[in-house]
Amino acid sequence: MQTVEPVLACAPLPNVKEQGRFSPYTNNGGTVIAVAGKDFCVIAGDTRMSEGYSITSRNVSKVIQLTSKCVLASSGMQADIATLHKLLLIRLEQYKHQNGREMSTTSIAQLLGNTLYGKRFFPYYTFNVLGGVDDKGVGCAYSYDAVGSFERTPYSSSGTGQQLVQPLLDNQVAKKHQPNVLKVDVSAKEVEEFVRDAMTSAGERDIYTGDHVEVKTVTANGVVHQRFDLKFD
Amino acid sequence: MDSSYGLDLNKPLYDGRYSWFDHSKFGGTVYEPKPNDPSTRTTDPIVTGTSVLAVKYKGGVAIAADTLLSYGSLARFRDIRRIHKLNEHTIIGSSGEYSDFQYITRMLDDVVTDNHIADNNLQPMDPKSIFSYLSRVMYQRRNKQDPLYNNIVVAGYRNGESFLGSVDLLGTHYQDDHIATGFGDHIARPLLRNAYKPDLTKEEAVKLLEKCLTVLFYRDARAYYRVQICTIGEDGVNIAEPQVLQTDWSVGNVTYGYDGRRTALPQA
Repeated sequence: MQTVEPVLACAPLPNVKEQGRFSPYTNNGGTVIAVAGKDFCVIAGDTRMSEGYSITSRNVSKVIQLTSKCVLASSGMQADIATLHKLLLIRLEQYKHQNGREMSTTSIAQLLGNTLYGKRFFPYYTFNVLGGVDDKGVGCAYSYDAVGSFERTPYSSSGTGQQLVQPLLDNQVAKKHQPNVLKVDVSAKEVEEFVRDAMTSAGERDIYTGDHVEVKTVTANGVVHQRFDLKFD
Repeated sequence: MDSSYGLDLNKPLYDGRYSWFDHSKFGGTVYEPKPNDPSTRTTDPIVTGTSVLAVKYKGGVAIAADTLLSYGSLARFRDIRRIHKLNEHTIIGSSGEYSDFQYITRMLDDVVTDNHIADNNLQPMDPKSIFSYLSRVMYQRRNKQDPLYNNIVVAGYRNGESFLGSVDLLGTHYQDDHIATGFGDHIARPLLRNAYKPDLTKEEAVKLLEKCLTVLFYRDARAYYRVQICTIGEDGVNIAEPQVLQTDWSVGNVTYGYDGRRTALPQA
């Protein structure tokens, strides 16, 4: 015998037809830069955090010191960045307890690549630049994609201001398209000022970059932290 | 000396039940998911609360929300409190899915109690720790593609230090001097940014939030005129009773083209 389904006498739920699929990702914006020198590296990142067209906070750090010779700056999704930073700090602490010394910057570069690739099929939505000095005391910078491909480069930038900043770095750091200009060693002070200018320029045109910039300079002697204002608009 | 008070300290504090206390051993029942149970997840929020506003003042934090729960565009429940006290140092407020907020309050109440018992000094859990714990829970749930559909504001005051933080369904978290969730981020936040100063008094902060809630009620169709403005600070926790906002709709008499009765501005 056929049964008749009773008609439910309650209001239908709103939007039963088109269920909004949950997206686990968001881009909270921001720009990060690393420039390596002869015996130092300057790493910078802004402190703005955005959600769509809203600035949710003007003071969220993207830059962390991993060891006395290594600094990481990440843009992308803040929740993933915070998780990645937390995870790296824990693994570096474990390494320190097991080996009695800090992990070298070159090893951290590989560790970060492996950590990102470990989530190849549900990636951390983070765009990282890593900087510091290697075992020989030479300044180094590393550039990554979200799933762990990486290379050692003299300079790098990532994030929402990358399109604005990278050509500036090509021209002013690598002296690209300047055939008559010789590359000379520059001081950390000069690079700090240049990176600060680059961030200011990004803040001028990129709505996701601004508020403050944190600049960390790594030398064999340790890390010096500076902080400057960017535009608040 | 055994200082664990009978607790297995190797077990995680929150084991998925509402309490470390095993109800099943004392005649109670605990529902254990079975293999063929359908999987369930929140794809969109159903019963929702709108904005939560909060601002730090000198010696504490003020946090406010209205008492309305909406079911789509229906004003479904009109006297529900969305601000919850966790301990003497911490209160939380929620916008978004209310059932998820009930789950969160029960979970955090247990975590706070467990911590309180496990700690030999019987110190209440720190607002920062609660915020950190909640951030990780929210992030883990987004990783499972089964988010808790809320934006939670955590307000605290401990050892002369104010705490104010926010976590959303993706695990995005930050601390700030003032916070507004949802529609309030668009409408109340600019007012908060404008009025905020570090030496704001408690009275000024409460007045500021009252003004923000009024403005929100004028423009947010999911907002309500019954509100709670709570404080946590030097003088302890104050979960205020709901109050009614004073509103002024006299502007309606000088509008035109809206209700069809008037087609032009009245002549002066």
